[in-house]
Amino acid sequence: MVRSAGTDPLWLPLLPEKFLRWFAGRGWSPREHQLDLLQKARDDRSALLIAPTGAGKTLAGFLPTLVELSTTSPLRPSPLPPRSGGEGSGVGGLSARTTASEFADAPPTPDPSPPRATRVGGGEKNVRAESPSQRSRGLHTLYISPLKALAVDIARNLETPIAEIGLAIKVETRTGDTPVSRRARQRRYPPDILLTTPEQLALLLSSDDAPFLFGSLRRIVLDELHALVTSKRGDLLSLGLARLWQLAPQLRAIGLSATVAEPESLARFLVPQRDGNVEAADIVVAGGAAAPIVEMLDTRERLPWAGHSARHALTEVYELIKGNKTTLVFVNTRSQAEMLFQELWRMNDDNLAIALHHGSLDVAQRRKVEDAMAAGKLRGVVCTSSLDLGVDWGDVDLVINIGAPKGASRLMQRIGRANHRIDEASRAVLVPANRFEVLECRVAIDAVAENAQDTPPLRTGALDVLAQHVLGRACGEPFLSDELYAEVLTAAPYSGLTRTDFDDTVDFVASGGYALKTYERFARIKQDKTGRWRVTNPRVRQSYRLNVGTIVEESMLKVRLVRGRGAKGNTGSTGAVGRGGRMLGQIEEYFIEGLVVGDTFVFGGEVVRYEALAEDQVYVSRAHDKDAKVPSYMGGKFPLSTYLAERVRKLLDDDKAWKALPEQVRDWLSLQAHLSRVPGARELLVETFPRADKHYLVCYPFEGRLAHQTLGMLLTRRMERARVRPLGFVANEYALAVWGLGDMSFMIRQGKLDLGALFDPDMLGDDLEAWLAESALMKRTFRTCAIISGLIARRFTGEEKTRRQVLFSTDLIYDVLRKHQPDHVLLRAARADAATGLLDIRRLSDMLLRIKGRITHRELTRISPLAVPVMLEIGREAVYGEASDELLAEAAEELVKEAMS
Amino acid sequence: MAGTSPAMTSISIDVASRAAFVVAGIELVADLSGALFWEEQGLLIVSDLHLEKGSSFATRGVLLPPFDTVATLGRLAAVIARHDPHMVIALGDSFHDRAAHDRLSATDREALAALQARRDWIWISGNHDPVLPSDLGGAVAEEVAIGPIMFRHEPSGAPGEIAGHLHPKARVSTRGRSMERRCFACDGERAVMPAFGAYAGGLSIRDAAFGKIFQATALMAHVLGDHRLHTIAASRCY
Repeated sequence: MVRSAGTDPLWLPLLPEKFLRWFAGRGWSPREHQLDLLQKARDDRSALLIAPTGAGKTLAGFLPTLVELSTTSPLRPSPLPPRSGGEGSGVGGLSARTTASEFADAPPTPDPSPPRATRVGGGEKNVRAESPSQRSRGLHTLYISPLKALAVDIARNLETPIAEIGLAIKVETRTGDTPVSRRARQRRYPPDILLTTPEQLALLLSSDDAPFLFGSLRRIVLDELHALVTSKRGDLLSLGLARLWQLAPQLRAIGLSATVAEPESLARFLVPQRDGNVEAADIVVAGGAAAPIVEMLDTRERLPWAGHSARHALTEVYELIKGNKTTLVFVNTRSQAEMLFQELWRMNDDNLAIALHHGSLDVAQRRKVEDAMAAGKLRGVVCTSSLDLGVDWGDVDLVINIGAPKGASRLMQRIGRANHRIDEASRAVLVPANRFEVLECRVAIDAVAENAQDTPPLRTGALDVLAQHVLGRACGEPFLSDELYAEVLTAAPYSGLTRTDFDDTVDFVASGGYALKTYERFARIKQDKTGRWRVTNPRVRQSYRLNVGTIVEESMLKVRLVRGRGAKGNTGSTGAVGRGGRMLGQIEEYFIEGLVVGDTFVFGGEVVRYEALAEDQVYVSRAHDKDAKVPSYMGGKFPLSTYLAERVRKLLDDDKAWKALPEQVRDWLSLQAHLSRVPGARELLVETFPRADKHYLVCYPFEGRLAHQTLGMLLTRRMERARVRPLGFVANEYALAVWGLGDMSFMIRQGKLDLGALFDPDMLGDDLEAWLAESALMKRTFRTCAIISGLIARRFTGEEKTRRQVLFSTDLIYDVLRKHQPDHVLLRAARADAATGLLDIRRLSDMLLRIKGRITHRELTRISPLAVPVMLEIGREAVYGEASDELLAEAAEELVKEAMS
Repeated sequence: MAGTSPAMTSISIDVASRAAFVVAGIELVADLSGALFWEEQGLLIVSDLHLEKGSSFATRGVLLPPFDTVATLGRLAAVIARHDPHMVIALGDSFHDRAAHDRLSATDREALAALQARRDWIWISGNHDPVLPSDLGGAVAEEVAIGPIMFRHEPSGAPGEIAGHLHPKARVSTRGRSMERRCFACDGERAVMPAFGAYAGGLSIRDAAFGKIFQATALMAHVLGDHRLHTIAASRCY
């Protein structure tokens, strides 16, 4: 697919002579998609480039910029206001095709201070081949990346072509680490190309000089767009784009993305939506990637019934690492990574350089691994989604995915990490950890072969993010509600925003948006005589700057390794444990809260004992146990995709297709067909059976752990009312098991328990509402919205609050707000999040509608083969449901037992 | 991921919510709202109402929902209706800051007045509300002694003392699951009451502040459950 210079003269003018010489000098020729993007730029179109890793995506994204800047005539009069050009006004100019008239309505710059002439050579990324006296011609291109490391890396990579082609282009990065002095300079004397993150863009847009800084902007390059748009960061970025389109109508966007399910909807993100019409950027697809070679490990060992460790296949995984140059071993959770790393080293007789990489490790430790990786010093890296994105490394020749692939697109992106040359096939081996995962791996391999994608649809913009943006806008130039509403509608995720939601959000930002209008005098933003909203005092601005962004970290504690006090320690947090200790990394606070002193868990690649908690530090000692007492699987962040779930159901339904499955799995399914039933593609199979002194109900919705957990909460409420006396439930990705004292089989037979009514979608009404009132997951969701929206600060101005000095609890605020103003905009935002987030309510609702009237019940005398995996999770999974009086009673009883013994 | 059924607890509210414990020989009924009732005296004690905490933050630009006073007074009205006390003692920090009573809405003021009608009312001053105005109704005191019991805001550790100020809470964990609730802290000789206010946070009963006041071995957390009071040794809590 790669055209070479000379065969097609039509594209020649797209690349100036010195670029062609550079390509030729490297023995390269421009790729088709690189030329396509140049053509789009020439046609003044925004474009979405869909390309796999290794396709020269980044260079493609920057080529239009480099070409435009290379042809800028130094003789053209600067179209920028005099201030920006300063004494160098004759030098500036934008792309050769930009006419001065396009800038006629550019707003004047509010900053009256004249630029000083001392800036040249100030930036270390300053690449100059021409006259050192050249003045800033204004920011030409903005590059946005989800990772600041990526921005820094791209800056480095851009320097090579810029220097070798001999271009006078200044490239700078701006991240959270950029010193204040350089930030100030960048605002006054912008580089040609600025590489930054969505958060930094929001900050820049909230400053008074945003119109000056961005007025000249021609291009914006959005990297890893497929990853950015799935989260609230994407919402924030879309609002930033909407602002940029106002400040710089001449702005054109280039989105760089991996393959997605709906490229047309992603392309909407890149252009302003107007008057209710669907506008989209042009789509360019890079071809030429070799199809990946994906296999499932056909283990010699016995396939486990349950669990996620893939411990049975460790020897085989080790052999694969040994047989390849560099292998990336992906797992779904931090604790899986920990466990696997530990086990691999236990058998590492060859002393292979195997490293560990996950998001909770200390940053310095992660950088060390990344550097060693880049230098080709590692044979294997056990990693989590922390390596799904990021800097491309050299010679990864194999990707191993342990456990469930979860989604087809997700798997393809991981496999792509092994692909450093586009024309070579990536190689991947999937290692299922249990029998259900075999089914999932099988359908994922089929999906990859068909290049079928299952990325989520474009988000609906969140109201809490909008609130943050509204405050940011008020920090900059004052705005009129009508104008800002029109502007926000141009952002694709917000194109359907109602005026009511918008006005409620502005009201929330101003004075809280409460039914009781008591806070008018404390308003953070107010309308002036012309109706423009502006911040009421500088403290508001300062607080906005400190709290910008949509990434709300789980509350984390630092883990330090100290010498233990022996096994008997049960004295809690006040005991004397040696302080200090080596920092191992960070761990979620809610995980530690579930532990009792003396409990062991896996962290930093070893089994450790929980010794004490003090302030934000967890002290652990080395435990010499082989296995940890408290499992910390916690589920993955990503549930099984709807698409793969459907394929798994179809595979089950089609016994001819079972031929493609390992024999152990085939036997398991045949036995299920014989003893109970294999669920059909659209039905819900419900089995009931007695076991020991309890009765069980197991169903197989295949909708992922999160939706199943919500279903479990709601079902047990209904069963309680139906006097089934449920005691608890456990959920995995495929099934849900509920147990209780009532004989469910008997009750169904007698017509006392109606399964149709039990699974009726009306459970999403009152039952859901009642549960949400007390759900810890819902409270966590609310807390995130409260922080993003700016209701409460991550950081207060002028004071760094430590974690233990929290002044109020968002749980208490949730309780009160829910009772007194249930339709408050923040609660609406939290409910919208619950639909797709931790509670996955939308998916549950889709499932309930799908299976309505299609429930098949099997009354069994004993557990079925298909039920074994989920039943094995009982007592083995980290328990993560809502706790109530039962738990307190249990703790109280332990005391009684102790007293009586 | 598993959970227990949220609704499987028994619903014997009447009996369970009247669980009692003993301070310096006096049996006190612990109400699940966080109030204490001394039956013999017809005395109801609540601590750390922190009224107008929401608006207090609002003055500093943090616009917390302005419903905390309504919520707190509503719960106070319910517990007063349950026990119909002759006397109520508010154990200090009834108002979140010195100016808080000026920000009370007319409705809240009336609701408060209605609660004070037909009974004695004593505001004990706390560090948040060291000076209380005279137009609030009820008497103002630094501390109140009744029989062997001394009521004051900040605990000194003296035997027979019932105090507030520290907002005790207890976290209980078993098998990877945990929950946190407000609690009474008591070692049989003295007690610290949980905060009653809707927005009042808590301090772990394992904090050193409690160690200075109580006998560690006898310290119990009387934890406010949904339907029952649970008595758990403080050494078992986090």
